[in-house]
Amino acid sequence: MPSTILGKRIKRKEDPRLIQGRGHYVDDIKLDGMLHMAFARSIHAHARIKSVNVAAARSSPGVVDVITGEEIKGKLGLVPCAAGIEGLKVPDHPCLATGKVCYVGEPIAAVVATDRYLARDAADKIEVDYEPLPVVTDPEKALQAGSTVIHPELGDNVAFVARLEGGDWKAVESDSSLKVIKQRLINQRLAPASMETRGVVAHYSPGEETLTVWSSTQIPHILKTQLALMLGIDEPHCRVIAPEVGGGFGSKLNLYGEEGVACYASRKLGKPVKWIESRRENLLATVHGRDQINDVEVYVQPDGKVVGLKCWIIADLGAYHQLLTPAIPTLTALMILGCYHIKNVFVETKGVFTNKMATDAYRGAGRPEATYVIERVMDMVARELNMDAADLRMKNFPSPDEFPLDLPTGVTYDTANYQKTLKRLLKISGYSRLRKEQEKLRKQGKYLGLGLSTYVEICAMGPSSRMPAGGWEFGAVKVEPTGKVMVLSGTSPHGQGEETTFAQIAADVLGIPFDDVTVYHGDTFQVPMGIGTFGSRTTAVGGTAIHNAAMQIRKKMARIASHKLGVKPGELIFSEGKIHTRDGAKSMGFAEVAAEAIFAKQLPEGIEPGLAAHSFFEPSNYTFPFGAHLAVTEVDAETGEIKLRNYYAVDDCGRVINPMLVDGQIHGGLAQGIGQALWESHVYDENGQLMTGTLMDYAVPKAHQFPWFETETMETKTPINPLGAKGVGEAGTIGSTPAIVNAVVDALRPLGVRHLDMPLQPEKVWRILKQHATA
Amino acid sequence: MIPEPFEYHIPKNLEEASRLLAQFGGEGKILAGGHSLVPMMKLRLAAPKHLIDLGRLTDLKYIRESDGRIEIGALTTHFQIQSSSLLKEKCPLLPETAREIGDVQVRNKGTIGGSLAHSDPAADWPAAILALAGEIQARNVSSSRWIPASEFFVDLLTTALGGDEVLTAIRVPVAPPRSGHAYLKLHHPASGYAMVGVAAQVLLNEARHIESASVGVTGVGPKAYRATAVEEALRGKAPSRQNLEAAAAHAAEGIDVNSDLYASAEYRSHLAQVYTRRALEKALERAHGK
Ligand SMILES: Cc1cc2nc3c(=O)[nH]c(=O)nc-3n(C[C@H](O)[C@H](O)[C@H](O)COP(=O)(O)OP(=O)(O)OC[C@H]3O[C@@H](n4cnc5c(N)ncnc54)[C@H](O)[C@@H]3O)c2cc1C
Repeated sequence: MPSTILGKRIKRKEDPRLIQGRGHYVDDIKLDGMLHMAFARSIHAHARIKSVNVAAARSSPGVVDVITGEEIKGKLGLVPCAAGIEGLKVPDHPCLATGKVCYVGEPIAAVVATDRYLARDAADKIEVDYEPLPVVTDPEKALQAGSTVIHPELGDNVAFVARLEGGDWKAVESDSSLKVIKQRLINQRLAPASMETRGVVAHYSPGEETLTVWSSTQIPHILKTQLALMLGIDEPHCRVIAPEVGGGFGSKLNLYGEEGVACYASRKLGKPVKWIESRRENLLATVHGRDQINDVEVYVQPDGKVVGLKCWIIADLGAYHQLLTPAIPTLTALMILGCYHIKNVFVETKGVFTNKMATDAYRGAGRPEATYVIERVMDMVARELNMDAADLRMKNFPSPDEFPLDLPTGVTYDTANYQKTLKRLLKISGYSRLRKEQEKLRKQGKYLGLGLSTYVEICAMGPSSRMPAGGWEFGAVKVEPTGKVMVLSGTSPHGQGEETTFAQIAADVLGIPFDDVTVYHGDTFQVPMGIGTFGSRTTAVGGTAIHNAAMQIRKKMARIASHKLGVKPGELIFSEGKIHTRDGAKSMGFAEVAAEAIFAKQLPEGIEPGLAAHSFFEPSNYTFPFGAHLAVTEVDAETGEIKLRNYYAVDDCGRVINPMLVDGQIHGGLAQGIGQALWESHVYDENGQLMTGTLMDYAVPKAHQFPWFETETMETKTPINPLGAKGVGEAGTIGSTPAIVNAVVDALRPLGVRHLDMPLQPEKVWRILKQHATA
Repeated sequence: MIPEPFEYHIPKNLEEASRLLAQFGGEGKILAGGHSLVPMMKLRLAAPKHLIDLGRLTDLKYIRESDGRIEIGALTTHFQIQSSSLLKEKCPLLPETAREIGDVQVRNKGTIGGSLAHSDPAADWPAAILALAGEIQARNVSSSRWIPASEFFVDLLTTALGGDEVLTAIRVPVAPPRSGHAYLKLHHPASGYAMVGVAAQVLLNEARHIESASVGVTGVGPKAYRATAVEEALRGKAPSRQNLEAAAAHAAEGIDVNSDLYASAEYRSHLAQVYTRRALEKALERAHGK
């Protein structure tokens, strides 16, 4: 029977409260006697701290306490890093600096005061005596002999070197018929810049000895474990609540020093302590994304078949590891081959310390970098061989019947039909017509460019064997005596809309109205276990756990109803709030059966009372959504300004539960991916000062900068989970960046332009146009 | 993102506002829409000890026509100007400029008086008011004067307003027949302010040659300016592409051109020239259409 609710454009359950400003974010949490915290941060990128004088701050109005790095030494654990990489160097990363600072914005001391303004005023009165040290911000310079070493105890600035190799390189390298194409590509540093900055309220109750923490986080359960360890509190005494969270994009998949200090302060003072990050702090001291140098080399047959790819990655990790800092670039290596069956691969990834904020997960997290590399390179190959970019891609796609497909990178792609999405894209965009238009415009000296990107991503993370803290997810379904249903999820959506998706999944299994389902997540006292929301896993893994739990409920209810109705459980259908036989002759209301189960008057033998079930879903593999994007850009011949005229995207994220939410994820993802290509860059000067420390300088993309996105979805289901859903949270970001760069490079092809580094600021383009005009 | 402490005053009328301003001297600041001042305070780039909020002075919110002039009260918001049907008819350069400022919230709160008094080097209003040869009214406790726009903008964030003067109104001539206008702006990708903004007004003579042109440029130098060399070069000229291009080449002449992460001085000068020519073209097209 086709579902009446899966695949439907159902409006988001969470929107009425959010749109009306009635949701509760961390800053809306107000507790009796609550104190406020502000941080004094390093103004130097690298310096020895000779002294920290807090006397003036202490006597500032409203100040209750000033906490320094010296004070917390040994009393508050270090900021954890969970990345499991062989031979990884992990520098000590205290919550507050002691002895030295390694990046601008590093927290040095915390002021706790009776109000937020007084805390800030006092923090500005903390006097730090610095002895500046040489600064290194360029990771290549950090690798040179004689560079300043940021953590001398670790020997040098190399945090790790990881190699990934597959295939038969001897054969490739001795084949003289192959063309070798090389290019250096840069994935510049970006700021995740979620709408809501970070924030935390820590409340330690000395009587009960419990710590309750409201945090703007994507991972309440992991945070709870880590905070318990950091503070030495028994974990069952520790509760983390992620209330409404206004976006994270990976930046809140972390545990930050500020969170630890807030908890420490609350325990010490016996009062709730709130810290709300300012936008400036957010740009400075919340993890950054990307920041890789990629030297790539591909080996191509004369007919366009790519047979080998080598890539040397220099990943700028910043000064310290955050939770997953070093793991992110290793995802780049894993996905470097994109959706092409390239049989030989070599990737060397070098993680390097610099005097900057740590990089870590940012929407896509390692995969946009990989997609940028492979998709730029495919365009270069097409051009070198004078082939059309679409034809070259078709030539290198594996055929749909080759899946599951083992790649030399060690991953196995589940299912795909890359030909189908690309063909559809070419059709809806009128690709061949656009090429003709381009030809015509070129004759008039106008620059129109078409940029393709056919991407595959790795998501639905993931099997526990590949994840630092488990890759399963928890879901629970409970039917109340009234027949209304409560769903609990261990994921922690923060804007994506899974309260709606999850309700659809449960309503579908139980045959009840969507409005009868309420979804809760984010509170570790309410949801017993969980991993969180990241890596486009929430629906595919978390949704499956709910599906499985709902199936258990359904089985039990069918048995109870069959006992009452005198039919076999298998004859019963769940639909429209009823449990009935196919012909409708025998029927009970869903609530009626729930009451039977819970009041337990006449249960069949061997059936326990109650209607609550949970499931831990452990996927056997990742999933691999894919898609094909086309950007159409125009370049202003006089100014170099780039106009994004059209954008087409055909995405296949497996089973679509709610097309409207998928559209939303794609649109937002596109905006961020296009943002990287055209505008965004988080820039430090050589002294390690952040040049883009406000939104007046850091170019977050805005809605009015985009054309109407023409999007379509296709559905190639995954066998990895019973829903067939793959994940879509990061697809737009992963696919779009190279499409834009390919389009602009294509526009400038008549000028002999082969590559341009991001962001594609008009001035760069203008300089090329000018050079060409004078040549 | 938290300002230093300050005292907040709400004068009930202009006299009281002027008195407070005179009383506090350098320690007092007028608060209009707050959309330039408050961000500066939050970044602690400005720390006035006293804020004098003009919010109650609703009689400074008006747009009216008299004696061939348009007069606009200092507290009129960008949105009120953008949506004024009087202005669309009598001085369309102003609504066209307003439309380019910030976003909806900014246009609903920000005021023309606040923008001019602030003299941000990349603000939009200064270019338009310069191109229209507008005048700006300044009042203190005892007197009032009209300052020509050409003398009003002194330097980066500095105007001819005295420390005790409140900016109360702006006036500009009604657009004459056979005239055309345009405001063209390249938005800074981060701030949305003008990387370059050019306001042009042209007047054609009987022979459909350029009788006069006036050009205000913002975003390029430390303050908005009139591109007088461009204007001179166009006087009496036929509106040919060649003449426009030659004239526009002077757009950044003698200016100490800004540079930032998004545009070097060299590129900005080039943009000033291209945008000047394009603004003139558009203004001419409109003048011809009349
Ligand atoms: C997100 C954002 C985007 C923006 N984008 C743009 C843009 O694209 N283009 C643009 O031009 N502007 C932009 N602005 C600025 C906006 O237009 C401001 O409203 C304007 O610059 C100042 O007007 P205000 O009424 O807010 O003045 P306020 O901020 O209240 O005051 C500004 C200064 O002028 C003084 N002042 C104000 N009124 C008077 C008066 N009547 N007499 C004497 N002194 C006075 C104040 O003391 C203060 O020094 C933006 C602002 C924001 C927040």
